[in-house]
Amino acid sequence: MTDTRAYEGLIAETITVQGDGGDSIYAYFARPLGEGPFPAMLLLHHIPGWDEWYRETARRYAHHGYVTICPDLYYRDGHGEPEDVAAKVRAEGGAPDDRVVGDADGCIAYLRSLPYVTGKVGVMGTCSGGRHSFLVGCRSSEGVDAVVDCWGGNVVMPPENLSERQPVAPIDYTADLAAPLLGLFGENDFSPTPDQVAEHEAALQREGKDYEFHMYPNAGHGFFYYHYPQAYAAEAAVDGWEKIWDFLERKLG
Amino acid sequence: MCTMIAEKVQIAGSGKSRDRWFPIAQTYVSFDHPFHLQREHALNLDFVNEELGTGARVAVELTPEDARELATTILRLLDEGAEVETGPA
Repeated sequence: MTDTRAYEGLIAETITVQGDGGDSIYAYFARPLGEGPFPAMLLLHHIPGWDEWYRETARRYAHHGYVTICPDLYYRDGHGEPEDVAAKVRAEGGAPDDRVVGDADGCIAYLRSLPYVTGKVGVMGTCSGGRHSFLVGCRSSEGVDAVVDCWGGNVVMPPENLSERQPVAPIDYTADLAAPLLGLFGENDFSPTPDQVAEHEAALQREGKDYEFHMYPNAGHGFFYYHYPQAYAAEAAVDGWEKIWDFLERKLG
Repeated sequence: MCTMIAEKVQIAGSGKSRDRWFPIAQTYVSFDHPFHLQREHALNLDFVNEELGTGARVAVELTPEDARELATTILRLLDEGAEVETGPA
């Protein structure tokens, strides 16, 4: 809630963190000014890469009181315009799951090392980042306190789609999920389809996990993306963000 | 990557990016999310040269219908070109 009398400020910049295997990778970092302590968020970017939308989203989280880090998951694949790098990664079958989890662990450790962080850390991502967020919720050795999966495709994967980079379908890790999960999905999405979301939900129920799934009618893939008119679904986006702030307040606040 | 339908083809050719011609060494072909075309999925072609860095890229995003039409046209013109070069079969 904005208070017109309150001082407000944030800082946002590119930093270097230790990722998978001790590699130094770039990350975009945004935090509210002040002593805190603040809860923290890890953002895992989508297939189009480490792009402007994710930097804006990091600043948005900082505005809402979260110390936020968003690593360049394609750091090792080259540098330049995000979509040029992303095109290369797309052709190679996406970022390797193990590397993403390793990069996430490095970022979580960094967040928890900061004197102005409460220690509570959530993870959020869209598209492939939603899938990766669920994976981190299941596989992170550092552990997270909340997971937000926005239309993560390929959580349910047929065996023929498994590869060296994605050797295990994330749904098969459901028993290991160690944090509450919020999932936002669109009824018109092709990946994940409503049937795949239902399959994932059944697995979460079987394992007795703490989760909240919301399926929006008249929304497809990427319904938060206001810069992409074909995908943007205003009603779902407004409600989705409200659900995220409410969920994180309850789990990290 | 969301569809997992993507292949890399080694080719030799030339392509013109924003400001220069460069030798093309690979083409990425995918049926996946486009960056610019306003569709959930598209047939995406990225003509690149990995040795020259990620900026050496000519990108094309097509609707599936137009991609098929283009592929048919390319094959037909290649047949016509072969006749010019070698004479009618």
